[in-house]
Amino acid sequence: MKVSLFIPCMTDQLFPESGMNMIRVLERIGVEVQYDPRQTCCGQPAFNTGYHEESLVLAERFLDIFDGDGSDRIVAPSGSCTTMVKVFYGDLLTLSPPYREKAERVRARIHEFTSFLVDVLEHEDVGAAFEGRVTLHDSCHALRELHIKEQPRRLLRHVRGLELVEMQAAEVCCGFGGTFAVKYADVSASMAEEKIESIEETGADFVTGVDSSCLMQIDGMLRRRGSAARCVHIADILGGSAA
Amino acid sequence: MTRKTPIQPEFLDALLRERIHDESLRGNIRRATQTSLNKRRAVVSDYEDWETLRQLAHDVKSHVMDHLPVYMARFAQRAREAGAVVHYASTAEEASRIVCDLAEETGEPLVVKSKSMTTEEIELTPALERRGLRTVETDLGEYIVQLAKEPPSHITAPALHKSRGEIGALFAEKLGIPYTDDPQELTDIARKILREDFLEAGVGISGVNFAVAETGTICVVENEGNARLSMSLPKRHIAVMGMEKLLPDYSSLALFLNLLGRSATGQRLTCYTSLITGPRRGKECDGPDDLHIVILDNGRSRMLQDDRLREALYCIRCGACMNVCPVYQKVGGHGYGSVYSGPIGSVITPVFRGEERSKKLPYASSLCGACAEICPVKIDIHHHLLDWRRRIVSHGHVPLRERIAMRLFLLLARHTTLFDFAGRLGRVFSPLLRGKDGGLQVPVWSRTRRFPALPQQSFKQMWREKNGRS
Repeated sequence: MKVSLFIPCMTDQLFPESGMNMIRVLERIGVEVQYDPRQTCCGQPAFNTGYHEESLVLAERFLDIFDGDGSDRIVAPSGSCTTMVKVFYGDLLTLSPPYREKAERVRARIHEFTSFLVDVLEHEDVGAAFEGRVTLHDSCHALRELHIKEQPRRLLRHVRGLELVEMQAAEVCCGFGGTFAVKYADVSASMAEEKIESIEETGADFVTGVDSSCLMQIDGMLRRRGSAARCVHIADILGGSAA
Repeated sequence: MTRKTPIQPEFLDALLRERIHDESLRGNIRRATQTSLNKRRAVVSDYEDWETLRQLAHDVKSHVMDHLPVYMARFAQRAREAGAVVHYASTAEEASRIVCDLAEETGEPLVVKSKSMTTEEIELTPALERRGLRTVETDLGEYIVQLAKEPPSHITAPALHKSRGEIGALFAEKLGIPYTDDPQELTDIARKILREDFLEAGVGISGVNFAVAETGTICVVENEGNARLSMSLPKRHIAVMGMEKLLPDYSSLALFLNLLGRSATGQRLTCYTSLITGPRRGKECDGPDDLHIVILDNGRSRMLQDDRLREALYCIRCGACMNVCPVYQKVGGHGYGSVYSGPIGSVITPVFRGEERSKKLPYASSLCGACAEICPVKIDIHHHLLDWRRRIVSHGHVPLRERIAMRLFLLLARHTTLFDFAGRLGRVFSPLLRGKDGGLQVPVWSRTRRFPALPQQSFKQMWREKNGRS
């Protein structure tokens, strides 16, 4: 199995270690990894704000890079950016016919990281170890667009030393929402506050999830409120080796 | 009684900020919406195949919209055969004028109204009052917001934003009674006052939840019996309905009644379900002398012609999307500054009020999709918000600085070298922008949350190091 990495711009610039940990996990279970350094952004920030023309340019660029790149699958450490390609590229109605075909092929091959491990490789124990009480945030795109719910949980249940605890509001939005987080900053922050109330109730040391963007929002509020819990991307948990 | 302090959409942001810090308001909204959601969950589980019912309802609505002229004509014909008078209004103003004329020509000075969002949409109550007709809201929630001179803050629960203490204080102030916050006592007081009005009123105005084409029947659901009184005691009953309320027949009505009560208030069926086919006939002793049904378009035909937007016409106004929406829970209905609030409100308001005046609404969402997940007729609500954003941008209703920022982002993102260079610049200079919390100081964001410090290397740099500089 040869996998092409899609490292979203946010992972590249803010959370590179999560990308590296994803590689560690994949290589540990014998997956060959490739990465095209021409990639930048899938176009989601523009698309979600209504800028279709701009997102179209980036979508075509993305498809040129990933279509026919010689890999079997494309894997990303983000449910949100995977959704952009897998779901919303289909909504870019102005895609020209050759790009429509490319989009069809790429959409069929792209997977969010935990879904790739569990659904494609059927691999739930990746030999990871992580000490701590962990609760999982279901990020909205992963949950509602890609129907990823059990996949990260199954992986976490196999991690040595990790205790998985469920929070009541696991499926409630953290308030990030892309440009929403600054357009309606107060509402967004208030949503994060409610999220961390639910997190604190569990007594968890860590909050994990499949999207760096949600985790950045939640972690930002945890720290501002002086809470002891910290956010950690699921790749960073799974990347810790048990050996 | 005059009412309504119209909220200007221009003030939306300031208003949101103010409301977001109103702890008691947030508490009221949270309690009310969570109660509804919990009750809903309990009765939805009656059905193992709830998802099938949702799909079925979606398909029925889709079918009705495909054949709307046919069903509309059939409904009008059957309603007329039953003795009703059917009017069409293409705009809100026209509908309001028709209803006011009908009310005025009775020569009666008092109008009783039951809860109806469509009459809010056409701003009927102020229009009636301008004609000198005293107009009384008889739904308890509507009565409360009318006393407070506020618009309703929720489709099905107009006074959801108020605690019982606030309602007690309002009653004491406006009705000159001793303060009580006992819900039963407050209800009894309102009931006593309203009973007089019911007996005196010459005109009753209602909305319509469903209109059955097969028989020309209108269906109104409620829990207080006030709608039934409004529709049967006065000598003239005027029902106002959006043209999307049509259903083919009684069997589809049964499906929608099952969905509506459960989704709206967590009830298997509301306490009262009135099915009205024409006015009082011959020897019947109950019912009005005449029944007028006003069918409103007000932009709905335009929605019907739009392949995507037509789906928003499936809405049965249950309010579940509001209850579940984390944004609504924070700001309440008034925060949106539109008659229809919450997720579905932000989808349909641009049609009713115009895109330019509603340009902020589609952005007042984190696009989490909880609305679409709960919608009993499976409207893809958050994707409609995305569609509106696209229209708003393509029509230029966005600030120049945002367009410039997007262009700049595009410039970087389409050229790898520029993108990488900008990242490097950021990493070099970001230590200058470190805040006290050790994070990067980002405008707006950092006011409420910490933003992480930039890492020493990008992923790309790490990859190149790992793979010996490819």
